[in-house]
Amino acid sequence: MKRPDITGAFSRRWRALPSWVRWVARLAALAIALVLPAQSIARVMAPGSDWRTLLFFPIGVYVLLAVGLNVVVGQAGLLDLGYVAFFAIGAYSMALLGHNEHWNFWLILPAGTALAGLAGVVLGAPTLRLRGDYLAIVTLGFGEIVRISANNVNFTGGPRGISGVPHPPSVHGVKQLTFGVLDARPYYYLVLAAIVVVIVVSRRLERSRVGRAWASIREDEDAAELMGVPTLRFKLWAFAIGASFGGMTGVIWGSKVISITPDNFPLALSILILACVVLGGSGNLPGVVLGAFVVAWLPEYFRGAAAGKPLTHALNWVIGAHATDFAEYRTMLFGAALVALMVFRPQGLLPSTRRRAEMREGEGGLGTMGAVADEPQHIGEPE
Amino acid sequence: MRHLLTQFWSSTVDGLTVGAIYGLIALGYTLVYGVLKLINFAHSEIFMIGTFAALFTLHALDVTHQQTGVTLIGVLLLVVLASMAASSSAAVILERLAYRPLRRRGASRLAALISAIGASFFLQELFAERYGRDIRTFPRVMPNTTLFSIGDGVVTSEKALVFVSALAMMVILDLFVTRTRLGRGIRATAQDPETAVLMGVNIDRVVRVTFLLGGAMAGVAAALFSVRLKSTQYNVGFILGVKAFTAAVLGGIGNLRGALLGGLVIGLAENYGASVWGSQWKDVISFVFLVLVLMFRPTGLLGESLSRSKA
Repeated sequence: MKRPDITGAFSRRWRALPSWVRWVARLAALAIALVLPAQSIARVMAPGSDWRTLLFFPIGVYVLLAVGLNVVVGQAGLLDLGYVAFFAIGAYSMALLGHNEHWNFWLILPAGTALAGLAGVVLGAPTLRLRGDYLAIVTLGFGEIVRISANNVNFTGGPRGISGVPHPPSVHGVKQLTFGVLDARPYYYLVLAAIVVVIVVSRRLERSRVGRAWASIREDEDAAELMGVPTLRFKLWAFAIGASFGGMTGVIWGSKVISITPDNFPLALSILILACVVLGGSGNLPGVVLGAFVVAWLPEYFRGAAAGKPLTHALNWVIGAHATDFAEYRTMLFGAALVALMVFRPQGLLPSTRRRAEMREGEGGLGTMGAVADEPQHIGEPE
Repeated sequence: MRHLLTQFWSSTVDGLTVGAIYGLIALGYTLVYGVLKLINFAHSEIFMIGTFAALFTLHALDVTHQQTGVTLIGVLLLVVLASMAASSSAAVILERLAYRPLRRRGASRLAALISAIGASFFLQELFAERYGRDIRTFPRVMPNTTLFSIGDGVVTSEKALVFVSALAMMVILDLFVTRTRLGRGIRATAQDPETAVLMGVNIDRVVRVTFLLGGAMAGVAAALFSVRLKSTQYNVGFILGVKAFTAAVLGGIGNLRGALLGGLVIGLAENYGASVWGSQWKDVISFVFLVLVLMFRPTGLLGESLSRSKA
């Protein structure tokens, strides 16, 4: 399958640029992110809804979660279907420590991050020996265990959850950093700072010995093991780091919403975040950010935009439904997008160069499907 | 602990009934995994589609209350046939659209699983938007008479019907796979797809039949579920699907008899567990069971038989 290699050419040209040009481009991207909450942008991006609130959730939170999950799925090649569990652990840390123990947000942030990372190790240590598809199902089970447990035990408030979760402390006199109820901007800047930190950390990791070990595990775990890579330890690292990013997102999200319930952490959220990573091109950070932005923003855009109403009506007519709000179709459309993507463009919209090469070989590191009709070269390699 | 003893027999009867349904769904997972090495994540939605087909059949027949005699048998047969038709055609379409293109390309198993997950969520949301997110209830079709009781366990006609039909379907499927020509094709493909092709097995046909059979079993399970539990919802398949998958792994994935055994064990375990810790923990018990099985005995109780070993 030969396709014009646009993104590959772009990434090659990007790396050929002098480093100061690349820094200017990065700073420009950051500057754009900083002025995103402006009213003039809001009118274009989110007509009819509160753009600043959307920038925090779902957009910012999805981007942060997707970049975190990318460490596990994109870099180490481990399919995690229960990522929302770590997000939940972070959010419940914020709620419990903030509401019951009156801890400061800046203390809870590292605590919740560490707690989620620990949960990642606890889940990963016994299960990371499993083959890839079994691991996916176990992580899915873990996500559900966390949600159902939060529903059933008393200290999390059961199905009613916890309300009265405090906000982060404000910086006096600075309007952009006064964490209140109405203005979502401070929270957006908080989540933006977290996104920058997480991107820098995962970029540094990718280029380090750890990142190379992850790539080797993703491509061929047996070969990596034979070459002396302690695969289990590095997989555990990927799990723990990804989990702690998820926990951090949970703390930040929890510091805005005032009340949290177990229903905030459905399996569908794990799947949507997976869709973000896969849609953008797992392993490639700009792709993942773009994917998350699209998944989070597009349904919200059509909710208010002029094109949204006829589009919703058209979908209603096709499937015989009565949706009033385009965002109701979010999970359905991105579910279909996952199938279409795997069928037509498994490497994602903006794949990383390396990942694309792996996909072209037809081996994502987990062996091929069993029965293959033609193309006999792919048949039944044992794991 | 006290409840475990006082409710022992009723837990056993309920566990075996629901376990038989898990076993029937597990057959679909085990067949597809045996042949394709794919966790057909959307199999739970195949089941869900079956329950909706059962519901609409009852609506179409205008059945609102209990039936007896020949009418009862007729209604039950129509419901089962409708569920089987809906589920198996959905399974075949799913294979055609979401899996075959990937198979042709020799895509990674991770890619196939992601496609399956996408299909699963698409179908769930499609039904949620089309038919609403509320629980839909079924009329009681069958008179629920007590046949006999063991201790505190009461065996009613419904429970007996579920258990006996599940067992019968299981035997029919087992005979099909072990005795017929197509069944031999399925086993050959599961063992070694490359050699099977060389021996003249039409793999596309084998895969289609595999999905058809799995879907038909899910359809029977859906009809029995509707008769016994009398409610459905767009996401009814998810929890049942995870439990059935656990059953398939527990019995040894690819192993048809193992799937039924696994289903019964899961059904018993969650009912005994519920009588100890309370029924709100039922689903957690199944998930923990799944994790433990995968950790300590990933080849299952009876071993992986339909497929080659790949532990």
